Amino acid sequence: MFNRTPIAPLEYTRKLWMRSWVGLTMLFLYAPLILLMIFSFNDSKRNVVWKGFTLKYYEKALNNDSLVEALVNSLTIAALATIVSLVIGALAAVALWRFRFPFKGLVEGTMSLPIIVPEICLGVAFLIFFAKVDWPTDLPWPLNLSAITIAHITFCFPFVAMVVRARLASFNKEEEEAAKDLGATEWQAFRDVLLPHIRPALVAGALLAFTLSLDDFVITFFTSGPDTITFPVKVYSMVRFSVTPEVNAASTILILLTVILTFIALKLQGVKGIAETH
Amino acid sequence: MSGALQDWKSQKKPFAAVVTAPVFWLALFFVAPMAIVWLYSFGQNAGPADIEISGTLDNYKRATEWLYVSIFLKSFAVAALTTLLCLIIGFPVAMAINFAAPKWRPWLLLGIMLPFWTNLLIRTYALMALMGTNGYMNKGLAGLWEGASWLRTIVGMQPLEAWTPVQLLYNNFAVVLGLVYVHLPFMVLPLYSALDRLDKSLIEASLDLGAGHFKTFMQIVVPLAAPGIVAGVMITLIPALGAYLTPDLMGGTDSQMIANVIERQFKRANDWPFGAALSFLLIYAMFILIAFQSMRANKVKAA
Repeated sequence: MFNRTPIAPLEYTRKLWMRSWVGLTMLFLYAPLILLMIFSFNDSKRNVVWKGFTLKYYEKALNNDSLVEALVNSLTIAALATIVSLVIGALAAVALWRFRFPFKGLVEGTMSLPIIVPEICLGVAFLIFFAKVDWPTDLPWPLNLSAITIAHITFCFPFVAMVVRARLASFNKEEEEAAKDLGATEWQAFRDVLLPHIRPALVAGALLAFTLSLDDFVITFFTSGPDTITFPVKVYSMVRFSVTPEVNAASTILILLTVILTFIALKLQGVKGIAETH
Repeated sequence: MSGALQDWKSQKKPFAAVVTAPVFWLALFFVAPMAIVWLYSFGQNAGPADIEISGTLDNYKRATEWLYVSIFLKSFAVAALTTLLCLIIGFPVAMAINFAAPKWRPWLLLGIMLPFWTNLLIRTYALMALMGTNGYMNKGLAGLWEGASWLRTIVGMQPLEAWTPVQLLYNNFAVVLGLVYVHLPFMVLPLYSALDRLDKSLIEASLDLGAGHFKTFMQIVVPLAAPGIVAGVMITLIPALGAYLTPDLMGGTDSQMIANVIERQFKRANDWPFGAALSFLLIYAMFILIAFQSMRANKVKAA
């Protein structure tokens, strides 16, 4: 507000109304989350007036076996879905980037569909599909999570493919040819030349897949059974039937997890890289 | 890009190695489930757990009843309003990020994206806590109310009666606000990248030639950012149209959107064929939206 230099015509960001607009938008985006986190430490059931600091809801949340189990399930599913999505997504990206083949347009179009089709429709499709093929539901952990994991892979891997393909566009094919001329096999060329080039995209794709899987409620809601509750499904039922401060505590843990993951990504890629991949 | 695409026949083994897994996965775990839904939409309940695919069109006929048509229209209206609000809120934000100092730009972008990575359910729940009858929004309104009351006493009028908390949740307003809250990052990011590509000297030229900021914005910035606006609108409108969680948790009995009706067919109402038909109608609606967009894009390219 007390700028030393006058505001140039294009320095919109230095104008007060523009700054307040951005500030208000950020407030709108963050205030609910920050208040939720603050009040998870509040020593009151009714959640509005500050009654003093406590960790008892964290203790309660962590002693709530079904909540912890749901969180473990969610993290397991996210990890498995990320690994498989990464492999399938990268393969799909390489296939579409490198080869000309019949029905390529069809394959490409179909692959973008899981991104476009509304979640509810995909959820319904998996509900019907797993019912139709009599997918076993009484398997021991973690095999009982297979249905949810499969569903998650289906909507995660096209995103990975998209990110990897964008990165492949900047690959110089001559490098690969040079490697082969020097005697590298197809596999060696892939492993030592192509793979290092797409590594940033793989990191970005993995983070994207992990968050998408951890975040998903609708599709999981249709594919989960009574023994395969994930964290969002558990929180949903808690919110639906009784809003307890425990939910605040559990949510805070998950928000912190997201923030930590984001900062790991930042460390790995730099803030610019993150901004560019999304 | 260097080098052309390779023909698959010249490299059968590597081709098979990369293409098998994705195609297999797509066929088995995407195309097959969708195909079953599609078939079910032409079926009818033949028993408590048995569906006969009889080729009937009854499910689609039932979907044209006014009740369902009105819910479709209402979902469209809510999604369109959400998109419009996101555009109005998001455009200045995208502009501000674009014209910010380069060292701040990635951090501002990160600021927009971080909530987008936070769990949707948690965000919805956080907003609900804020909007509850005991929440801070009501407290803020109560403060304004008391302020107004105090002002009235100053000018010698009767003070207003005591503030009674209003129900902000469980109505259409809450649904739109919740959807805007959730989808705002979707809108800002494509707008940002479109503005990023825009040649800033055009804005300078316009200002130098005497156009005001508003005129420059309407006649230079908006037309040049049009592809980003269209992308942002699509990327917001499509998920908002199929939104399930926000209307379910924040809406009232009259704020049902199409996704909630679909869900009911599969859980409480237990009418899978009808739910399947509604699902496919929703998917067709998406396709029509996307077709409009690509037609527009082709027209722009041709011109």
